[in-house]
Amino acid sequence: MLKIDNLTAQVEDLTILNGLSLEVKPGEVHAIMGPNGAGKSTLGNVLAGRDGYTVTGGTVEFDGKNLFDLEAEERARAGIFLAFQYPVEIPGVSNMEFLKASVDAIRTARGEEPMSSMDFIKLARAKCKEVDLPQDFLKRGVNEGFSGGEKKRNELLQMMLLEPRLCILDETDSGLDIDALQVVAKGVNDLRSPDRGIIVVTHYQRLLDFIIPDYVHVLAKGRIVKSGDKSLALELEKHGYSWIDEEVA
Amino acid sequence: MTLPLRAHRAHQTLQSDTDWSWLSQWRSQAWSTFADTPWPTRKTEDFKYTPLKSLTNTDWELPTGSAKGTGRGVEFENWPRTVLTLIDGRLTDHDELPEGVTVKLLSKASAEDRVRFEQRLEAGLADNKQLFSLVNQALLSEVVWIEIAANQQLEKPLHINQIISSGAQQRVIPVRVLVDVANSARATLVETFSSEADGPVFINPITELMLADNARLTHYHLLMEQGDVRHLGAVQAQLGAYANLNAFHMALGGVLKRKDITVYHRGSGAELNLNGVYLPRGKEHIDYHTCLEHEVPHCTSQEVFRGIIGDQAKAVFNGRIHIHKDAQKTLAQLSNKNLLTSHQAEVDTKPELEIYADDVKCAHGATISQLEQKSLFYFLARGISRPEAEVMLSFGFINELLEGLEDEPVRLLLRPVLANLFAKEDIWARHLL
Ligand SMILES: Nc1ncnc2c1ncn2[C@@H]1O[C@H](COP(=O)(O)OP(=O)(O)O)[C@@H](O)[C@H]1O
Ligand SMILES: [Mg+2]
Repeated sequence: MLKIDNLTAQVEDLTILNGLSLEVKPGEVHAIMGPNGAGKSTLGNVLAGRDGYTVTGGTVEFDGKNLFDLEAEERARAGIFLAFQYPVEIPGVSNMEFLKASVDAIRTARGEEPMSSMDFIKLARAKCKEVDLPQDFLKRGVNEGFSGGEKKRNELLQMMLLEPRLCILDETDSGLDIDALQVVAKGVNDLRSPDRGIIVVTHYQRLLDFIIPDYVHVLAKGRIVKSGDKSLALELEKHGYSWIDEEVA
Repeated sequence: MTLPLRAHRAHQTLQSDTDWSWLSQWRSQAWSTFADTPWPTRKTEDFKYTPLKSLTNTDWELPTGSAKGTGRGVEFENWPRTVLTLIDGRLTDHDELPEGVTVKLLSKASAEDRVRFEQRLEAGLADNKQLFSLVNQALLSEVVWIEIAANQQLEKPLHINQIISSGAQQRVIPVRVLVDVANSARATLVETFSSEADGPVFINPITELMLADNARLTHYHLLMEQGDVRHLGAVQAQLGAYANLNAFHMALGGVLKRKDITVYHRGSGAELNLNGVYLPRGKEHIDYHTCLEHEVPHCTSQEVFRGIIGDQAKAVFNGRIHIHKDAQKTLAQLSNKNLLTSHQAEVDTKPELEIYADDVKCAHGATISQLEQKSLFYFLARGISRPEAEVMLSFGFINELLEGLEDEPVRLLLRPVLANLFAKEDIWARHLL
């Protein structure tokens, strides 16, 4: 479903992604690990279509189509979901309004009717429970005054409501205590399905105890330098990233 | 042409029609100062960014006879209020007044009331150098004087529902509202302005709020006239010791709106919360001049004004904080943020700090910005279209202040009004309504 081939991308004239290739098939869970500044978030942002990132080479196909032909909102409607590493606070816009607007946009794109307000409120409340957020979070401003963990759970809530084809979770585990981590892991595991792809970007092996990935990749210096199964994550945990640098050199 | 020429006949007609010599003298005093004041030009500091040309194309007349109007002005749902309806500056109707509240009218003053009116008006806060206070005094035909007795806790808000009638073309409507809140009394005052006229109208209202020691007032001053209306007026407030004024201002619609808000901290421990929003669109022009006069120690002021300026509209915000030399331990904060939603929109924001005391905390910030890219991307990444995202974000910028309002019914009234304002096409506001 997602085929990245030799992708290079720049931020402010600085090359961050440098020949990155990765293929995700439906039903697979890929973990991407790598040192700080390796380009993990950049990859997520480029895939989601954020302004300020210039693709300078390579191709990305999503469901057989050139991803770069689509605007950011069209990618979301096509089923790409990026759970932000740093979710934005938007005071004055309630979480409920934001979620409803988003769900309606996605449903409309799929040729479905927008949900009635009543049905939507019911659904949103149920999902709130699943991610362990109190219901009054729906009335509050989007992420406004949420703790780090609450913001991450709010991302998960959105992901559950939108039921994307491809989920990209950018360090959704960082800053979470063990309980919250399990909530996130359960949410992600529930979303695992034969027609959905999942990319989990993480810093720590810890999350992968709960979300067992099919593949683990190491992203360093803007490309995938090593791939393996979940045992690679354990190795990284033990030895850090420096041995990979040596191996690559 | 200047305004004194355009309004001279109105002043003369008014003067020939009274047997109250004090009043006639009081008006002519103001008239002569007004007529002698050079008419503002671009070089006049106070009106540098607000041209008054649209006032000088019409020969203004005072409203005559009984006001016609079928409109109900601004209504709030599920909010029991004591409503006083003013059509074209005349009190036409009012609900039964609650205990402890008296209302007097200048136009119906008995001989003994006249004496009290004279004292009250002369002791008033109106600024004799301020152009539109002078106009108000020179043309003054009605004063609504509300007194709230000591220790009264008004359950229902007082709502002064000012309506400009459909017959008000070419009228100048000067009106003065005095609200005196006595010691330890507590009240909510809602002032709304709306218009049914489709010709040129010039409304010139002054509201004066006198809060005695420990008095508390929540004040809404909502300017909602649409169309060919010029609204130039002032709100002046005086705070006694430990008095608390919580004020919310809003301006939208109409060709020209200018409001001068002055608050005098005159009793130690007084507290002010002053918030406001303005949303000019099309070719509208909205100007707020606020001035906080900290005259005594230990007072606080928190002021937040936000504006969204669209199309070819223009906004002006001038926020002055004046801390007198005795006003030690003052805490005063002012923030003004503006959002321009079109390349032709314009805003001039100017902070003015004058501090003569050394032990004070004072902060002042003014910004002009576009919508934040990272917020916008968050919406796009969730499939929401750019225009809808822009509408929701802009609305959020203003809604943040609405969320802080004490009274839910005001929020419920304003929310859809503002949401609709943002919707270039209704569909983009559908998730706000
Ligand atoms: N908007 C930006 N402006 C400037 N530099 C950026 C920007 N985004 C990312 N970078 C730089 O790109 C590199 C990769 O960043 P990032 O993708 O966030 O790494 P990771 O998520 O792997 O920690 C870093 O050196 C970072 O400083
Ligand atoms: Mg990152």
